[in-house]
Amino acid sequence: MDVREGLLYTKSHEWIKMDGEIAWIGLTDFAQSELGNIVFVNLPEEDDSVIVGESFADVESVKAVSDVFSPVSGNVIEINEELQDSPEKINEEPYEAWFVKIGDVTDKEEFLTASEYEAFLAKENH
Amino acid sequence: MERKTPLYEEHIKANGKIVPFAGYLLPIQYEQGLIAEHNAVRTKAGMFDVSHMGEIICEGKDALANLQLLLTNDFEKMVDGQAKYSPMCNEQGGTIDDLIAYKKSENEFLLVVNASNKDKDFKWMLAHQFGEVTFTDVSDDYAQIAVQGPKAMEILGRMTTEESIPKKYYHAVFDGNVAGVPCIVSKTGYTGEDGVELYLKSEDAVELWQALLKEGKEDGLIPCGLGARDTLRMEAGMPLYGHEMNEEITPIEVGLKFAVKLKKDNFIGKKAMEEMGEPKRQRVGLKVTGRGIVREEAEVFVDGQMIGHTTSGTHCPYLGHPYAMALIQSEYAQIGSEVQVVVRGRIIEAVVCEQPFYKKGM
Repeated sequence: MDVREGLLYTKSHEWIKMDGEIAWIGLTDFAQSELGNIVFVNLPEEDDSVIVGESFADVESVKAVSDVFSPVSGNVIEINEELQDSPEKINEEPYEAWFVKIGDVTDKEEFLTASEYEAFLAKENH
Repeated sequence: MERKTPLYEEHIKANGKIVPFAGYLLPIQYEQGLIAEHNAVRTKAGMFDVSHMGEIICEGKDALANLQLLLTNDFEKMVDGQAKYSPMCNEQGGTIDDLIAYKKSENEFLLVVNASNKDKDFKWMLAHQFGEVTFTDVSDDYAQIAVQGPKAMEILGRMTTEESIPKKYYHAVFDGNVAGVPCIVSKTGYTGEDGVELYLKSEDAVELWQALLKEGKEDGLIPCGLGARDTLRMEAGMPLYGHEMNEEITPIEVGLKFAVKLKKDNFIGKKAMEEMGEPKRQRVGLKVTGRGIVREEAEVFVDGQMIGHTTSGTHCPYLGHPYAMALIQSEYAQIGSEVQVVVRGRIIEAVVCEQPFYKKGM
């Protein structure tokens, strides 16, 4: 399972890339492999506010729909519209397929580092 | 505790993602994933472990008379080896199960039932049997492998003799032999493609599974999981028990009138279905025209009025588009009717469309 150095992670399998004050958010390689072929993504709109721990998007695989939880509170400054036409990008390149960029971040959950997330995955799978 | 089919170790070896289903541990998909598996069956070939299915033998001088009473289809005038699909109903016309009945010989039939209904079916049969007949649950003795897809018959042809291959759809050769393994070769399936379902002794399952995989490899044959089995049957417009059918839904409402022979003298559920007349609700196909995927158990509306609910729904991989099946009031069932489906609080537009969504060779 691919876990990238330099990114932050949550226990609900989102990754976060902190770019100054802006948080890029996506789903981890583990998450996409658990979901299987993703065929549809429902994203928020720009300027929507997101709240830490709450669902801000959903992804649909052929078999099921799953929520994507926001690891931060803030405002959506950009959404990755490409995912709406090519949701398979999430399966193919999970760490390139960012969902949203969040600005005005006011709250964060406790993030895991790459090595902590790896340890978490190892434990979850036992 | 879930049980393992005789092919469990093969699924593990092939990195199958195992889930509990109908009391068995079965692969929902393998390494290549559901979409690749689905499309392999549409364009090349795929094979499925369906050993969880239940098999019941009905034999005796009154076997035929018992089936005529228990099942809605008509089993007179069948030739040996012929198969017929049939619902089995309760007195109210609700569907207890749907099954395939094979005529092996004059006084012996093989009934293939849904795994999750097997015990219920068997009890129902025993409770209604009459005359000289014996029902025997032989599910544990049989494994079942389905080989489906445009290349399926070609692959099979290289592994057996002509005598083992049924001449017609919905016929079976009971004393068939594939790659040296004795099996019942049945030209049936649940994918909308050509192919066979092979019934064989559990102890021979691994040998035949491996032989099929090896022989079919160059043709693109891959093992497929339960996920693809469901999306394939859905795309091909085939109802599934527990979704489109249950004990409160008559087969006529599901659109299975072809398998309900009201002209037959008597069968359980006949009176109720006759009294109901034209169904007030019926199964329709929905093509999603809005954004999103409609799944089962979503409410369906027209002009703010609820007219029914979806019974299955998914992204259909070969068509590349989401479709659903729904049980709705008959007055809205005409092709082209626009409906609204509520999914997670959001309205998704859909339109009643023809079924099957996919037809072979389209």
